[in-house]
Amino acid sequence: MIVVNTETIPGKKITAINGLVQGNTVRAKHVGKDIMAGLKNIVGGELKGYSELLVESRREATQRMLSQAQELGANAVVNVRFATSSITQGAAELYVYGTAVTVVDEE
Amino acid sequence: MSQLIIQIGIPLALIILGLITGTIIEKNHRKNLRKRQAQLGDITLCNLKNFSAYIDPKESFLVTGSVCIATDYFKTFIAGLKNLFGGEMRSLESLLIRCRQEATMRMLEEAKENGANSVWNVRFETATVAGKGNKRRCAGVEIIAYATALKH
Repeated sequence: MIVVNTETIPGKKITAINGLVQGNTVRAKHVGKDIMAGLKNIVGGELKGYSELLVESRREATQRMLSQAQELGANAVVNVRFATSSITQGAAELYVYGTAVTVVDEE
Repeated sequence: MSQLIIQIGIPLALIILGLITGTIIEKNHRKNLRKRQAQLGDITLCNLKNFSAYIDPKESFLVTGSVCIATDYFKTFIAGLKNLFGGEMRSLESLLIRCRQEATMRMLEEAKENGANSVWNVRFETATVAGKGNKRRCAGVEIIAYATALKH
């Protein structure tokens, strides 16, 4: 499965548009990490716990999007966009969407 | 003793109320979405910008759909518990999926009404409108979907 955030894939030709695919996830870290993040707020610096959380969540959301694309019979997802929203405290929603397409090699 | 009943009883009642009404609303909403999806028929939806490579449209216009949705007390309670241990909040996930489907559906219905055949360059935006910064209040989320509809 090819995933790009451009509209076209170099060297490939889009033969069919299968439709919009999307994936989302809402995740939280355990309270220990929340407390550590609170403490980190005093001295500044990278919030490792939260960085990790967002990386994990983004991967999960992408995976869900890809499985949706597979269901539609597509072999690539183009024009991928990420969006984030905060729904409750300490949790974030990661949302990713793109267009599932069928591509073939360009002669 | 009576104070204890009030302190535990009221939140418990709200959780049960949230669970029952929340489930009913969710079920009805899903049914409603499926019905409207069937009525909508065949409209291509994608977030590609470059439509000129595929089709030659006669007319284009902007379509939007937005919806503001709130969590129920039960979902908020479960999310609060999940916040202690970490992990996935499935209850909120399904809520947001439904919310986005509703926004997309409203957008597509607008496109259909105006006689469009396909919808291009879809974008989603989210805004938190209520309960922010207050753990005990239910959160409300607005989702807006906008795109370009084409007639061809």
